[in-house]
Amino acid sequence: MSTKSKSIETKTDFNQDERLKKVSKLRLLLNRPELGALGGAILVFMFFGIVAGDTGMFSAYGILNFLDVSANLGIIAIAAAMLMIGGEFDLSIGSMIGFAGICIAIPAIYWGWPLWMSIIFAFSMAVLIGYFNGILVVRTGLPSFIVTLAMLFILRGATLAITRLITGRTQVPGLRVLIEDDPLAWIFATDTFKWVFTWLGSMNLIALRTDGTPLATGIPPSVIWFIVLAIITTWILMKTRYGNWIFASGGDKNGANNVGVPVGRVKISLFIGTAVAATIFATIQVLDAGSADTMRGTLKELEAIAAAVVGGCLLTGGYGSAIGAAFGALIFGTVSMGIFYTDVDTDWFKVFLGAMMLIAVIFNNYIRRKVTESK
Amino acid sequence: MSDYLVQFNNISKFFGKVIALKDVTMKLKKGEIMCLLGDNGAGKSTLIKTLAGVHRPDEGEIIVEGKKTIFDSPKDALDMGIATVYQDLALVSLMSVTRNFFMGREPMKGPPFFKTFDIDKANKIAAERMGQIGIDVRDPSQAVGTMSGGERQCLAISRAIYFGAKVLVLDEPTSALGVHQASVVLKYIVKAASQGLAVILITHNVHHAYPVGNSFTVLNRGKSLGTYEKKDISREKLLSMMAGGEELNKLEVELREMNRSSAN
Repeated sequence: MSTKSKSIETKTDFNQDERLKKVSKLRLLLNRPELGALGGAILVFMFFGIVAGDTGMFSAYGILNFLDVSANLGIIAIAAAMLMIGGEFDLSIGSMIGFAGICIAIPAIYWGWPLWMSIIFAFSMAVLIGYFNGILVVRTGLPSFIVTLAMLFILRGATLAITRLITGRTQVPGLRVLIEDDPLAWIFATDTFKWVFTWLGSMNLIALRTDGTPLATGIPPSVIWFIVLAIITTWILMKTRYGNWIFASGGDKNGANNVGVPVGRVKISLFIGTAVAATIFATIQVLDAGSADTMRGTLKELEAIAAAVVGGCLLTGGYGSAIGAAFGALIFGTVSMGIFYTDVDTDWFKVFLGAMMLIAVIFNNYIRRKVTESK
Repeated sequence: MSDYLVQFNNISKFFGKVIALKDVTMKLKKGEIMCLLGDNGAGKSTLIKTLAGVHRPDEGEIIVEGKKTIFDSPKDALDMGIATVYQDLALVSLMSVTRNFFMGREPMKGPPFFKTFDIDKANKIAAERMGQIGIDVRDPSQAVGTMSGGERQCLAISRAIYFGAKVLVLDEPTSALGVHQASVVLKYIVKAASQGLAVILITHNVHHAYPVGNSFTVLNRGKSLGTYEKKDISREKLLSMMAGGEELNKLEVELREMNRSSAN
């Protein structure tokens, strides 16, 4: 076959002029979805470098602080971005965080399960709920916006009702003692690279407590998870067949179906992805705080989507990047923490968040027109 | 063993009481271009979907390379080498040329479980294939959205050929194109046929069909008005056989009368 059609080789002339127009390197760079977020992140760091450079923001402790906040948001933002590229939304991420939290805490505290079993239980529930979201959207053809909005209320309500039913209150404390010696919990609860910080402290390069131990004790688990997830998802999008299917499913559902892409399966797997990411977020926070709170994760779904949009994802799907969402989360995390180090009232953070998102959407829209317009 | 590559004999398709197709017969040899002409509502869409394996015919038989077959799904048709290029082309405009070319059929490399999409190989093949039909993709990672309509059509056809099509079913490949672009696409279709593919070209545009077709089947209200070799029929005859032909003649007469009355 290939030799046969190889000889279809006459040069038919298309309009010469349309080919002579060279695309500049800059335009090619502009076509990368994460460019806006990268530029935004650089601007944000420059701003705080000037305004808050001499405060504690860029000390080891300060840096870890805003990295931790960014990383937590980033974990769910990356999953939200993957799903958005696949052409769908998940508004139930925030509620899933609360639900996953009590899925860990109630079995561990009230039913006497070992912590690792509760964590596995929470992740199994996440897979089930993600699958349910996905199958509902794929089978009914309803907008995922509506389906997952319903799930937002259902999960939050169920979290509250179940917790009050079993415990009589809305918080489940007492998890901290269970973390030690647990074979699984350390993955979500260990500060890493402690020796680096001990060494830096011994060299008097970073701030110390009065007892001589460094103020910043190690890289929080959220940051490690965040970096690992960003690398894996970027690799999936750029380098695997599944990644190509995600773009195709979001770009043109029917077209993708016609050439044999299993669009339904791809979308369902992405819904499972957001629910699992929410559970990673929840596990890290619950183990860090030592307690589960039914209201944990409220409004996080919107922040995740905002970060994904700032990171270059189109609301219509088919375009975006995981690394862009990571930068988006970094921008939000840095500003939300950095604002404490400036004279600006922290009330203004939400204004910034909204303005940032608006600028990003307008910019993305412009880029999309540039990318798709016919000559 | 017949010398026909593919035969559709007396195909009928009913939807409830509606007769969408009745006794449509089409036979194609290698290298032949058959044009299927019909106005809107003539049953072209139903016929395409039957050829592509989306619908199962209620009557009639499909014979591919001498063997009687039944298509249960579009995949069956594709496996037999019958590739349909729909009007929407199944291209994603936000995705790159390469990613579109191999969408759903990505070349892989690497050890089992760690297989990755072999982008370099895919880029090379896509650029090579597009180059063969005279489309110079400077950068196969450019979005399909930046290509012209004719280039997109050629990409979709080229993709079907690369993945082993023996029979190409083309649904209105020139309808959305300007004159120049349409002629480029038609030229490419002739080239493809000259390499041994059979092409079914579905169109309502006789002016596009007549220069490239070897034979013509006219469809009207679900029935075939017959298949004609090119030497047996003129462009004007074809035009008037389609429902639109007579209407246009009538329109011409009416307009002439209007002109005359307004001149008075």
